[in-house]
Amino acid sequence: MSALKIFVPRDAAAASVGAHEVAEAITREAARRGLEIELVRNGSRGLLWLEPLVEVVTDAGRVGYGPVAPGEVASLFEAGLAQGGAHPLRLGAVEELPQFKSQERLTFARVGVTDPRSVADYLAHGGYRGLKAALTLEPAAIVAQVTESGLRGRGGAAFPAGIKWKTVLATQAEQKYIVCNADEGDSGTFSDRMVLEGDPFVLIEGMTIAGLATGATRGFVYLRWEYPDAKVALDAAIEAATGAGYLGENLCGSGRSFFLEVRLGGGAYICGEETSLLESLEGKRGQVRFKPPLPAIAGLFGKPTVINNVITLASVPVILDRGAEYYKNFGVGRSRGTLPIQLTGNIKHGGLIEKAFGVTLRQLLYDYGGGSLSGRPIRAVQVGGPLGAYMPESQFDTPLDYEAFAAIGAMLGHGGIVVFDDTVDLAAQARYAMEFCAIESCGKCTPCRLGSTRGVEVIDRLVAGENAPKQEKLLRDLCDTMLYGSLCALGGLTPYPVISALNHFPEDFAKPAAAQAV
Amino acid sequence: MSYMGNKSSLRVIPVKVEPVSSLTPGERSAVLEACARLKRIAGPLIPILHAVQNALTYVPRDAVPLIAAELNLSRAEVHGVVSFYHYFRQEPAGRHVIHVCRAEACQSVGAVALETHAKQALGVDYHHTTADGAISLEPVYCLGNCALGPSVMIDNRLQGRVTAQRFDALVARARAES
Repeated sequence: MSALKIFVPRDAAAASVGAHEVAEAITREAARRGLEIELVRNGSRGLLWLEPLVEVVTDAGRVGYGPVAPGEVASLFEAGLAQGGAHPLRLGAVEELPQFKSQERLTFARVGVTDPRSVADYLAHGGYRGLKAALTLEPAAIVAQVTESGLRGRGGAAFPAGIKWKTVLATQAEQKYIVCNADEGDSGTFSDRMVLEGDPFVLIEGMTIAGLATGATRGFVYLRWEYPDAKVALDAAIEAATGAGYLGENLCGSGRSFFLEVRLGGGAYICGEETSLLESLEGKRGQVRFKPPLPAIAGLFGKPTVINNVITLASVPVILDRGAEYYKNFGVGRSRGTLPIQLTGNIKHGGLIEKAFGVTLRQLLYDYGGGSLSGRPIRAVQVGGPLGAYMPESQFDTPLDYEAFAAIGAMLGHGGIVVFDDTVDLAAQARYAMEFCAIESCGKCTPCRLGSTRGVEVIDRLVAGENAPKQEKLLRDLCDTMLYGSLCALGGLTPYPVISALNHFPEDFAKPAAAQAV
Repeated sequence: MSYMGNKSSLRVIPVKVEPVSSLTPGERSAVLEACARLKRIAGPLIPILHAVQNALTYVPRDAVPLIAAELNLSRAEVHGVVSFYHYFRQEPAGRHVIHVCRAEACQSVGAVALETHAKQALGVDYHHTTADGAISLEPVYCLGNCALGPSVMIDNRLQGRVTAQRFDALVARARAES
């Protein structure tokens, strides 16, 4: 009889609520019972309210138990874990859970399923088929596939990936680079981290394909320091992929080369902006560059550079494997394919949901999320990170689609949704948006550097009721200047959360004059 | 030519005097080791600063001229980079560093109350270290644990669903370790 196979996530989120302790307890309990087990530390399935989620391979598939506390491990064995025995924490087949089954997992197909340290497991689950396909194609044909798929940058700006790649391919240079933006600084987002920790090979494969498509032989992953576990996972995967001949010189015997390394950031939100990221990689202060020139023409060290987000690059293998048409058939309008959505904040069932574009906020918040964690009514959601708009209940029927969000002065960004219940003070959130901008501004342009600090002051005066109509006018005017006068999205989009809070939740800014006087 | 009009001939030629470095021999060799190991890679400065901070818990002020000389940069360039990035410390860290997430997702589940508690419990504000040298407290803007907040990171270990009680227990455990 083969060893009992048990999965306990190594993912940092799972570990943050005790997954490592559960894994240790399982090892101890199995030893005590003289049971032979194979413990796999997988990525997370993304059903984060069930973490630590323990899965056991049974004749009926992978059966889940969760959330498991270390002290409950013995009782799981007692209940007949090996047969998927009954227990109050038993969830049944994980892939049959409604929140999981109804997803469209393309980019996240293997996250939570495989051992993120094993090339063999990656190959066994369809890995490197995209690269194999790419190796049979001319560079222009690879770029055409990416363009045809409709894939747009998942970092937030939603720029068509194929156009960037085409520019780099068409620019002659002795050295070109592929840079992966893994500086996932937006609050309410962790999809990059989950890929990096749960299926790093898919990113490596995507970057390698980008190299083949554009003639770049070197790649960098710019990773935020706040993700130490992702660094370990990615370094291990790069070493394993290199050892197996999928990276380095003459990869897969093709005569082509691609070298990849990981660089850590220094805790600067602005380095998620592509040109400041390039400055940072070059060893400088992360200040935004003027464009043009575009990074695709003069990027890292002045060379043509593809710079894409983790999810963008990690979506490339499935496109090359299954074809542009397959990917394009998911989604709505000009938002093609799927979006890994992160449901976060004050939400009962938070986590990662990969769905085709077009699902509405309301479906996500209630069908998937089960309402707020506190049990109170959901009053507002902020979509798209700290630069995203606060949306009231009346906008919850908006479909997740770049254009539909833009049409109402909101943005989808990197797909993060932060939920707030009715205890939220939107004036405080607007103030925080300005404060955050002041802390993280690179200082290069005046509207962002000074406007953010002045914004905090104006909001303070507005809330204090000092000539409120005048302060509101001033705040709107200031936001207008930041919106149109800033060099990049930090100063340019900070007005989104501020103005949306002011427009949709004016009551939070207006303290009654009588109350002031008392 | 008048005496007054020819000041330059009397100008004192500055002699370059290096101030005495406060680096201990051990610190100095850690900085030089990081430079020697990394200075030939593309864009070496930030990896060197990480290596120095890993070794010494911070980037000492007197490491700046040393790194500048090794990389053929000006002190201003190196200082500019050290001071730009929130992660690089210019003062030594306590034995443990706690980063408390201040971002929106954690705010929605009580991060503001948690940070108030953290400051009170430790008796220090952000960017400071407790008197016993055990714990430095820092703010952080998102740890990527937004569905399981409020979150903190103690050294390199992420912690989710952190209540005031759990925070105290984590601090007690960290104090007991060192």
